[in-house]
Amino acid sequence: MAKATFVVPALRQYPQVPAVTPGTMAHSAPFVAKPEFQAPLGFPGELADDWQAQAIAKMGELLGKYRSLRVYMDSCVKCGACTDKCHYFLGTKDPKNMPVGRQDLMRGVYRRYFTLAGRIAPKLVGATDFTKEVLDDWYSYFHQCSQCRRCSVFCPYGIDTAEISMAAREIMDSIGVGQKYCNEIIGKVYTIGNNLGLPGPALRDTLEGLEEDVYDETGVKVRYPIDQVGADILLVTPSADFFAEPHVDGLIGYGKVFHEAGVSWTLSSYASEAANFGMFIGSYENMRRISLRIREEAIRLKVKRIIFGECGHAWRVAYSFLNTLAGPWDFLDSRYPVPQHICEFTYDLIQQGKLTFDKTQNDDKILTYHDSCNVARGSRMGDQPGGQFDIPRAIIKAVCNQFYDMDEDTIRKRTFCCGGGGGLLTDDLMELRVKGAQPRVEALNNVMQEKGVTHMAAICAICKSQFTKVLPYYGMEMDQIVSLHQLVSNAIVLTPREDDEDDEDDDDSQALDDDDSESVDEAA
Amino acid sequence: MSFLTGLYAFAFYFAALVLVAGLTWKVVQYARTPAPLKIPTTPAPITNSGVVLRMTREVVLFESLFRGNKWTWIFSWIFHFGLFLVTLRHLRYFMDPVPTPIAFIQPFGIYAGFAMVLGLAGLWARRFLVDRVRYISSPSDHLILGLLVLIGCSGILMSFVVHTDIVSVKAFFLGLYSFDLQPLPADPLLLLHLFLVAGLMIIFPFSKLLHAPGLFFSPTRNQVDNPRERRHLAPWAARLEQR
Ligand code: HEM
Ligand code: SF4
Ligand code: SF4
Repeated sequence: MAKATFVVPALRQYPQVPAVTPGTMAHSAPFVAKPEFQAPLGFPGELADDWQAQAIAKMGELLGKYRSLRVYMDSCVKCGACTDKCHYFLGTKDPKNMPVGRQDLMRGVYRRYFTLAGRIAPKLVGATDFTKEVLDDWYSYFHQCSQCRRCSVFCPYGIDTAEISMAAREIMDSIGVGQKYCNEIIGKVYTIGNNLGLPGPALRDTLEGLEEDVYDETGVKVRYPIDQVGADILLVTPSADFFAEPHVDGLIGYGKVFHEAGVSWTLSSYASEAANFGMFIGSYENMRRISLRIREEAIRLKVKRIIFGECGHAWRVAYSFLNTLAGPWDFLDSRYPVPQHICEFTYDLIQQGKLTFDKTQNDDKILTYHDSCNVARGSRMGDQPGGQFDIPRAIIKAVCNQFYDMDEDTIRKRTFCCGGGGGLLTDDLMELRVKGAQPRVEALNNVMQEKGVTHMAAICAICKSQFTKVLPYYGMEMDQIVSLHQLVSNAIVLTPREDDEDDEDDDDSQALDDDDSESVDEAA
Repeated sequence: MSFLTGLYAFAFYFAALVLVAGLTWKVVQYARTPAPLKIPTTPAPITNSGVVLRMTREVVLFESLFRGNKWTWIFSWIFHFGLFLVTLRHLRYFMDPVPTPIAFIQPFGIYAGFAMVLGLAGLWARRFLVDRVRYISSPSDHLILGLLVLIGCSGILMSFVVHTDIVSVKAFFLGLYSFDLQPLPADPLLLLHLFLVAGLMIIFPFSKLLHAPGLFFSPTRNQVDNPRERRHLAPWAARLEQR
């Protein structure tokens, strides 16, 4: 078990709602961004003397730009339906981690400066001046929200605390109080192209390595192309896929699926990141700037389709926002949705009977599936509502013999966040991450006990990293979390190379026929 | 014309003005504020008619609240349904002749008052008994409940115990339409009831009672899930593209 300087919550057979215990997480706050990480995003470096006036002005601006914020500030009736729904409250007992408790940090300020009642009788309606203490509370607790939207499922008005956290972070950024983790990462996307700061040559190296590994293991030449002009499909995937376990096993899986589909595809070193942390900080401008890199690459590489790899919030931004931020996509092949999820692609092939699996390859595992919050509650797959739940499960069942779902209250639209989403996947928030994972891990533990489940599949880079780190705190193994396409990769029966070659007739693959893959990649 | 009649006439003109103007202002404000991104809580309907259905379930059945908390849902639904019937029943004091549907619900409407107060009592009890709900309640949350309970109780008392001269009350309200002030009976219970109702009308646009119009404008509930098929662009976001 990993060592902890705090008490790791217990896992019980039946979930319990904790008694309200104020202040348990008041000390939790991520590192503040230094000026050098603020500037590239267009934010001031530090707090100015008139920060309060600036913040209130910014709030007024956002109230005029976002209907969600405007309506949600007014509408809450304090019914309490959301109070026991947030994994951070359940794991920390801190009432400011109840969704409405979190919202009220902003609502108090809203009422004070933007409503008649709050101006006349602040005490009566819970309005507060925007003091430094309140700002500190904002910084602390708006960085204890993973923007998972679970609360919005249960609120009678659909009040989405994620919208409020995003607005709060944007207001704080605008007065120079940014979060280091998110803002540094966004800077890396602008300068290097991805969150992990992996430059093009490193990516090419990694992909060549993958080609060799897969060839050694299977005897089949599966390609992992990058920056290939004229490919049909641009694959945009989280940069963790290039780098870490279990993510990279997923990437191997995507390549095998493309190989079997006989389509030409490519990654891009310029748009080498599916994640879009612009959403976490609530910045439309930064989210748009990151998204436009994908558009530029789609044009430059002359692709016909865009497919996203396994990443939760990336898929939300891609599915729900990409058309808005970087569309219209009329230059792409209109027969396919833009963008598509890799699971949609794989699922279609399974439906058409184009993939062959040897399910016994996964017989060493008994699987369950973690619905990532952003996929579950902020996006869709396929053409029916709920496809985001059914399609990944259908794929798992197609490639594995043994699958059990976790408790119904903890999956699908009620899924619990992994505890590391929303820009909180940083070591300075370890206590929060461990405690916030409690509801999910508890449900996992229960299917492990009852059904003998050994592994949990996920389609989100943040979930995978978070569980890898957090499961050991609960006495579990880090490799119990697997990529969904890792399971596909294990089971897929690859067609030997000759067939592959017949399908392709462009020059690049001619070069490949001559077994000259290295020079192709270098030329690309 | 007595001083009381004049005072109450003024109070109701004022309250009606504040209610109508305040709500109009809020609704226009909500409608004018763009929703720049597609944020329906998914799974969400993929057609307009699906959204109408989802919204209807929310408004009529409180679907999300049902998912969230069964006790709150029960009390809340009893209260609101009671309030709805009571409001319909009261329309008879504001129209002449009384339309048949309104006349028809009269017997139910009378008892709906009890339902309303019962629901409110349950909701209020939660504010004391459940530690989480206690934590989030501010004085105004208690006051609004108190206000509604008082309105309900004074109304029930007039229906069942200390009757007032309801014919004169109706004449008073009908008179207000044509600025022809008719005397209002000076029963203390009636005066209290009407005073609180005028108060409710006045605070409506400035309080959490805005949840009623708010629900219809909630993007997580009223948006169609079709972002890949249709490009959604707010005016201020479109201006970014011109740069
Ligand atoms: C479209 C119409 C309306 C809908 C859909 C609606 C829905 C709801 C819901 C779902 C709740 C939360 C549960 C609860 O705490 O009771 C609530 C609370 C409340 N509603 Fe409404 N409502 C509507 C109209 C009204 C009106 C016209 C009034 C009053 C004049 C009102 C007064 C209240 C009050 C006072 C509460 C808070 C109860 C508490 O303190 O727990 N509602 N409403
Ligand atoms: S969005 Fe998720 S993390 Fe944030 S308050 Fe709601 S339930 Fe909690
Ligand atoms: S469920 Fe919605 S209305 Fe009820 S307390 Fe939470 S945010 Fe407020």
